[in-house]
Amino acid sequence: MDFELSAEEQAFREEVRTFIKDNLPPPKQRGGDFLTNWLTKVREKRWVGFSWPKQAGGGDGTLIEQAILREEMALAKAPPLGTSFMGLAWVGPGIIQYGTPEQKRRFIPDILDSKVSWCTGYSEPNHGSDLAAIQTKAVRTADHYIVNGQKIWTTGAPWADWIILLVRTDFTPKVKHDGITCLLVDMKTPGIDVRPIENMAADKHFAEIFFTDVKVSVENRLGEEGKGWAVTVSALANERSSIGEVTQMFDKLDTLKALVKRSRKNGHPAAGDPTTRRKLAKFEVKIAAMKYNGLRYLTKQLKGEPLSSETSVNKLHRASLEIEMDDFAVALTGQAGLQLNGGAEAVDRGKWAKASLNWPNVVIGGGTPNIQRNIIAERILGLPKDGSD
Amino acid sequence: MNFGFTQEQELLRDQVRRFMQEACPMTQVRAVAGGTTGTSDVLWKHAAQLGWLGLVIPERFGGVGLKWVDLTVVLEETGRGLSPLPIISQALAATALLRCGTPAQQQRWLNSLADGSTVATLALYDEANWVHPDAITLALEDNRLRGSKPFVADAAAADLFIVACRRAESLALAIIERNSPGVTVTVQPMVDATKRVGTLTLDVALHADHLMNLSADDLQFLSDCGAVAVTAESVGAAEAALAMTNAYAKDRIQFGSPIGKYQGVKHRLAEMFVDIESFKSLLYYAAWTVDDAPGELPRAASLAKAYASDAFSRIGIDAVQLHGAIGFTAEYDIQLYLKRSKWARPMYGDSDYHYERVATLGGL
Repeated sequence: MDFELSAEEQAFREEVRTFIKDNLPPPKQRGGDFLTNWLTKVREKRWVGFSWPKQAGGGDGTLIEQAILREEMALAKAPPLGTSFMGLAWVGPGIIQYGTPEQKRRFIPDILDSKVSWCTGYSEPNHGSDLAAIQTKAVRTADHYIVNGQKIWTTGAPWADWIILLVRTDFTPKVKHDGITCLLVDMKTPGIDVRPIENMAADKHFAEIFFTDVKVSVENRLGEEGKGWAVTVSALANERSSIGEVTQMFDKLDTLKALVKRSRKNGHPAAGDPTTRRKLAKFEVKIAAMKYNGLRYLTKQLKGEPLSSETSVNKLHRASLEIEMDDFAVALTGQAGLQLNGGAEAVDRGKWAKASLNWPNVVIGGGTPNIQRNIIAERILGLPKDGSD
Repeated sequence: MNFGFTQEQELLRDQVRRFMQEACPMTQVRAVAGGTTGTSDVLWKHAAQLGWLGLVIPERFGGVGLKWVDLTVVLEETGRGLSPLPIISQALAATALLRCGTPAQQQRWLNSLADGSTVATLALYDEANWVHPDAITLALEDNRLRGSKPFVADAAAADLFIVACRRAESLALAIIERNSPGVTVTVQPMVDATKRVGTLTLDVALHADHLMNLSADDLQFLSDCGAVAVTAESVGAAEAALAMTNAYAKDRIQFGSPIGKYQGVKHRLAEMFVDIESFKSLLYYAAWTVDDAPGELPRAASLAKAYASDAFSRIGIDAVQLHGAIGFTAEYDIQLYLKRSKWARPMYGDSDYHYERVATLGGL
């Protein structure tokens, strides 16, 4: 057991630190052209799509180098390395694995250059967690699919340029996971109607999307017809280690500690309240558990052992922390904690209040906690599957 | 970067696991726990021959000269089978001698600890639930210890007691042989019969060669090593409790399906897995700090023990509950794990203590 980095890895860490020192001003001086320049520079370093193969335009970063890059960027509170979030997270990896040479030429550079943003058309009004049961229909003509149906809760749809879309091409498969096809669709295609949905935090991040006789060229099918489930599963399995995430959560914990130190409860400094202290310590223990779970799983990957579904462990911790940390701040600060931005007594301009309403982005978006528990119970503990089939 | 185990450590793990399955299965654990000393000479000698008793003792004292990470591997596996052998006590006594003893004291005792001919234990606090220098109240006056030392782990089996006591201005560890005049051992009836705790009644004269200085740092270090050791056994025991309950959930049919198909059962089992994975990771980090980053040990030990104390207790209770009435029977082994979880909870600090310490060390 050791936490030492090799000379090359240490050199890489230094390279990242030097780059950050030279190119990342303090947060308040990051206006104007900063973000555009930043994105160009990290792209030149091949740190966008850093885990992708070089021939696909990526950086061929080793697992350790990826972890170092994420950790250093998080420590420096750097902006993201690329703004095509879903493009980088799973659309790109999906295209690299299943795409035709033409699809790779067409889509990958735009993702790496942050030119095109993607959204993910999986959930439907009647099928969210039970993703394989989707009903949006695509009928094949000579060289097109005609798509009809509806998607919903599609994050980023109000501004996305493209959508990775799961459709059903076979309505009579023996198993419901068959007969699903994956299409890459331009959001400007006639017949697509995006209706943003306001969430409880008053944001309009997600939308419902109606497809009426939408024509999609066969060239835009990702993978084989009827094999879209495999594309989806392997794309979502592009698990990334949680190291950068953990750094951000420790950072958030520090912000909470600072809040506790300047808050009062029952007429006394809140920092002296045993219940408050224990709650904060519990966050710290859980974040530390995520950190060392992550390092254990990273070690497993380094030894060439496949991860089964252990990453669900950290997803569950992340979900509970996401809900509880902001809520802790709101509860701690009592009535002031309820005021939104602009309120005379609002705490930190209402950021905790707002965040305490936005947790479903993370908690539900990546598969609900109950789905994560099913994954652990079924794939790791080998318990019988849920549901009727 | 390697936050995992070496091939040698995996072999050690296999060896201990095999030993527990073959030489110390649950029937044997129950038999030993029902005996007078709570340990078994045959098993103890076997463990000594395999080198587990001298794992963290340097080779110059007849030990194997390995680290706490290696000891953790052994304790996970002995904990998995609820071994009654006093391996934790032996390791803590050795650690106390290594840390606080003079060369002469080390020379005198460590060889016999490494080869198992002496069974040793460490007794620190006189208060039932307080990890603090002030919780050591037994007084040493005129080189004489008179009074009682409660909560002595593995008291029935031990030949040698290393006992914390208070002098006028400082703390000390007294090395007391069981057979010296003025030492009486009273074994207490315990919830977990595999952990034989006792009380020492003392009226003994101590020479300088039987005393070691105990600084506040030493005390904290030894307590933290204790927390690491208890958590290591807890990882193995909790995994075993989960495995038994998981197997039961696959076998037991109710309402036409194995009960493990129902989310009320399967989700609780998944949460047990999440908790064990997590305090296991924290434990490995803490075990690593003992030898390689002792400055980080206080926080690391508290992170691990805070999580483990609560999670293992909950797992013990839920494992019995998920078994239904059969889990409540004396005959079924799952109840032994519930008892072990209750033993582990206050050892070297409960979750209240360790969470509070995390808060303090974290700047609150």
